[in-house]
Amino acid sequence: MSSESKDKKINATPGFDPTRRSFLSAMAAAAGVTLAPGVMLYGISRSSSAQALENGASSAIRWGMLIDLGRCDNGCNDCVSACAKENGLGGFGRPETDAQWIRKIEIKNPQTGFSQSLPVMCQHCEDPPCVDVCPTGASFKRADGIVLVNKHTCIGCRYCMMACPYKARSFVHEVLEDQKSYAPRGKGTVESCTLCVHRIDANQQPACVEACSDTGGGAMLFGDLNDPDSEISQRVAKYASQQIRADLGLDPAIRYRNL
Amino acid sequence: MHLRRTGIGMLVIMLLGISCLTGMVCAEEGSADKGVAFPVIPVAQGDKCVADTAFMRRNHMKLLNHQRDETVLKGERDEPYSLKECLNCHVVFGPDAKPVTVASPSHFCRVCHDYAAVSIDCFQCHASRPEPGDLPADHQMISLFSGTTGLNGSE
Repeated sequence: MSSESKDKKINATPGFDPTRRSFLSAMAAAAGVTLAPGVMLYGISRSSSAQALENGASSAIRWGMLIDLGRCDNGCNDCVSACAKENGLGGFGRPETDAQWIRKIEIKNPQTGFSQSLPVMCQHCEDPPCVDVCPTGASFKRADGIVLVNKHTCIGCRYCMMACPYKARSFVHEVLEDQKSYAPRGKGTVESCTLCVHRIDANQQPACVEACSDTGGGAMLFGDLNDPDSEISQRVAKYASQQIRADLGLDPAIRYRNL
Repeated sequence: MHLRRTGIGMLVIMLLGISCLTGMVCAEEGSADKGVAFPVIPVAQGDKCVADTAFMRRNHMKLLNHQRDETVLKGERDEPYSLKECLNCHVVFGPDAKPVTVASPSHFCRVCHDYAAVSIDCFQCHASRPEPGDLPADHQMISLFSGTTGLNGSE
């Protein structure tokens, strides 16, 4: 078989055909017009974030965050304390085991001596390894991209903590009392940043983002990465931003500028 | 034949013994002819429950479990069957005028669950009293013995 005929054979295999695809989408659009009531409703619910929120988490949305480290002060801890206050994360004075949903990390370039600090929390990966390894399905990703622990099914094996490359998860070692009614947490389960899911479901921003804009440097921006008109989408399109350990291919929803 | 007769005799003696014991317990804890005294259930806030009392008594756990999964997995929070909503209405105030936690035997959930000897682990993680901001504005102070919702006698 000559090389020419081989090429022909490859091209002949069923694959991407732009004309065929555009024909199909034209058909779909036509169906949208003719079947106006049902199909149009579907179109609206996918395009409008607010509409989708009313019926729970929607896969049309991907919540994310852009953190501008140029505006994040080394000494500022406002996001961490706001998180602890919002979610009732009281410590027992034992930093090795106390729950920690967001923390400030200081990084330093030994050659130049330049140092900067960055807030690190659950990165809400598109392909979260904590979900892959969970033996009970308790670690899961919601339709809108928020990675959570369903504590009703969590058996506390802590496999997810080993799998997470960001050290984002904590295990509750001790009996807790007086939890917040919107942030249940208890001994024997793993937990991590929920992106303040109870606030998001009530059309509010996460507590850390709110604290950062109120009293911090206004470094954190929260929004829908899937909506091209959202401020976060426009900013990530305009300016260079980075994911931490992007080489792992997990596609985190938390992005950093000036890292 | 002889063995079987002895067996029946033993059974009769055991039954007699059990009924005597039950009688003693009854005499100690409540009316002797009706069994262990029914709990006094605290009256709730608000106009009415999300379903009628007889239904809730049998099915509240099913509603809670269903709503739990809808909320955690799908983020659906507009249904009324959440634990939080239960606690907002079925709040009981202690002597210090603050809502009691599940540590108090007068807590709404505990009153029946203690009686039925069914232990629940909801409150290992969940708050057992409403957030201060979630209390109905016109709430009244309700103490343990201010009323009942039907278990003792009337139904």
